[in-house]
Amino acid sequence: MKRSTKRSYTLTVGCVLAGLIAVLALVSLFWLPYAADDTSGGRLTGPGAGHLLGTDKLGRDLFTQLMTGSRIAFEAGLGSVLIAAALGGTLGVLAAFAQGWIDDTLSAFLDILIAFPTLLLAMLIVAARSATLGSAVLAIGLAQSAVVARLVRILVKRVLAQDYITAARTSGTSWPRIVAGHVLPNIWPTLVVNLALQFGLAVLAEAGLSYLGLGAPPPNASWGRMLQEAQATFTTAPAGALAPGILLVLLVIGVNLIADGLRDTLDPAARRRRA
Amino acid sequence: MNILDVRDLTIRTADGRILVDRLSLAMAPGERLGLIGESGSGKSLTTLAVLGLLPDGMTVTGSAELAGTQIVGASEKQLTGVRGQDAAIVFQEPLTALDPLMRVGRQIAEPLSRRRGLKGAELKRAVVAALEQVRLPEPDRIARAFPHEISGGQRQRVALAMALACEPKLLIADEPTTALDVTVQSDMLDLLDTLVRERDMAVLFVSHDLAVVARVTERVLVMKDGRAVEEGDVREIVRTPREEYTKALVESARQLESALDLRSTR
Amino acid sequence: MTPVLELNEASFSYRGHAAPVVEDISLTVETGQSLALVGESGAGKTTLLRLLLGLARATTGTVRFDGEELKPRNSEQMRRFRRSVQCVFQDPYSSLDPRQRVGGIVSEPLRSLGLDSRSTAGPKVADALERVGLPADAAERYPHEFSGGQRQRIAIARATVCDPRVLLADEPVSALDVTTRVKVVDLLNELKQERGLTLVMVSHDLSVVASLCERTAVLESGHIVEQGGTAQVLGAPAHPYTRRLVESVPRLPA
Repeated sequence: MKRSTKRSYTLTVGCVLAGLIAVLALVSLFWLPYAADDTSGGRLTGPGAGHLLGTDKLGRDLFTQLMTGSRIAFEAGLGSVLIAAALGGTLGVLAAFAQGWIDDTLSAFLDILIAFPTLLLAMLIVAARSATLGSAVLAIGLAQSAVVARLVRILVKRVLAQDYITAARTSGTSWPRIVAGHVLPNIWPTLVVNLALQFGLAVLAEAGLSYLGLGAPPPNASWGRMLQEAQATFTTAPAGALAPGILLVLLVIGVNLIADGLRDTLDPAARRRRA
Repeated sequence: MNILDVRDLTIRTADGRILVDRLSLAMAPGERLGLIGESGSGKSLTTLAVLGLLPDGMTVTGSAELAGTQIVGASEKQLTGVRGQDAAIVFQEPLTALDPLMRVGRQIAEPLSRRRGLKGAELKRAVVAALEQVRLPEPDRIARAFPHEISGGQRQRVALAMALACEPKLLIADEPTTALDVTVQSDMLDLLDTLVRERDMAVLFVSHDLAVVARVTERVLVMKDGRAVEEGDVREIVRTPREEYTKALVESARQLESALDLRSTR
Repeated sequence: MTPVLELNEASFSYRGHAAPVVEDISLTVETGQSLALVGESGAGKTTLLRLLLGLARATTGTVRFDGEELKPRNSEQMRRFRRSVQCVFQDPYSSLDPRQRVGGIVSEPLRSLGLDSRSTAGPKVADALERVGLPADAAERYPHEFSGGQRQRIAIARATVCDPRVLLADEPVSALDVTTRVKVVDLLNELKQERGLTLVMVSHDLSVVASLCERTAVLESGHIVEQGGTAQVLGAPAHPYTRRLVESVPRLPA
């Protein structure tokens, strides 16, 4: 009994944390306190009436940047996870069904992709395209695809070894229907939890790439670049670094809590233990 | 003094469900007792409780004295002194009972060096002797093998050799032959019977199968839903079961077995 | 009469392995003559079952169904085959999809063979569940709400819902408690008698074999060492291995 309340509590706190930032991001789509390139506020004013959190060294409103940054964080997280789920999921299922040398080749390819540093991948993509949010998301998504693919491969293999798959085959069920009807529903809970964790990692990775100038270009503020820009003035105007830093931590903690909560609610064994 | 004295043993889960309910049993030194029951009867939990091996979250009340040591509420240090020395256990699944990454010889050597303080060549000889006594062919080869490299029957013999290594006063065998083939099971039961007889060792033999238990023990205790249902001589119980549940159990076993008899008389 | 299933000098070996798992196996399954494949672990029982189920192809030799060679590419034949030959597994936990309701599980053969849609399968599913002694509302529940014995009944309901002629069963009762085991053996006997089902059963439990099967084939390391009427094979075994097997069965004290 005590455990189940603790579980729903995890999920609730996670949703509240991530939800608050999601609201910031959503509002930023329709309304911002100031324009992104509005430098009329004076430099490093510090928190006050006109500027809730003050301004940066160019005179831009920090709260405005924080809101845009929230939007970019969500775009980065969702975009990367979508790429990882689509590409990684497909590769993983294929690798699980493949046998012999095809399986070996696919697995080796995935291992190389996992070992390949995301940073290097991002630099290559930026060199080939340009430093945009899209490039960063593509790099992160590709890197995560390999992780997701390997997980999916193992999960699918484990399900395929179950007798109910053989039972479906001897019932005349076709492979596509077996995948849709038996495999996906059974790997879904673990996959969702993992994707939630990947979302958090993607947000962090994007912040890191923007910090290095490999993310969304100005004037769109991302948390990573805000951190980088505020670094020099941290002792005199800490708000510029603290605010994005705190939001980043809150969002990542939030999605991790959601992942934990989902794991417990989606796992039928855990549900059974509680019953 | 009894080697094992269990009184009003009660095991509860964290949420208060009762899995074993006021179970009492006593075994004299060298005595053999069969614990009979189906899945969920609490028979395996009872054996774990006797060795202080219950999983976390379960609470035990009552008393379980093993060779004079109170197990219920004992510290881990006291328990380590008891396990292996006073009582040892053989589990159903030999593959999970052995460390898959350790050679068989080293797994047997461990209790021998720890308990009997053997070293070097002396230890090596003791390992080979332990494997020989469970009638394993080529004990030198088996000692060098990993658990997955030998057959299920051989693994169970290794597990038995490990349990016997420190000459415990009580051997607990929890469905030790259930995972084995029929012919292997038969040999294993003979071996177990011979070895404990030679050593005057007490045996607590846990099984769901009346016919298997009857090969090793005379006295049995029938369990259902965590309670003792009936206790007595195994022949007596098979001939004239008193309780409803025991009747159903014997009836089922008889019905299956009778299929064999009808055919073979033709 | 043409046998329903027939193995003709069939062998099977895994790719890259020289030693065959089963070798030179010839046996026939005739309607009304339930067959037991008896042997110990590693004897090749499960491989034989996979050959008979069309899940593995014989490396040499043939598998025949109603007298024709079984060809996985012949979809019309495979449909007839799947409808006529169904399967029950040993482990009632692994054999039911934990995320499907019992109704969905039992109706799968009907839907996959195009006999019924989910909406029209209802009455047949209810019949099948009733036949195996489960309440009608079982269809709405999930597998984990049932005990091992009940789950095996669900698996039997799934395997019999499309009225097959042959039921292949891999150790169908060995995971069950003794009292439950007897009840499932009784159920299988009922299905044999009332629905004319022929069993092909893999088992190491000779008393279950003797309770259910008219014929027995004994396998030892991939070869059939003895086959014939169950009474003869188990009652008066001719091969030393069969004799050892029969003598090893633990018996209740007299």
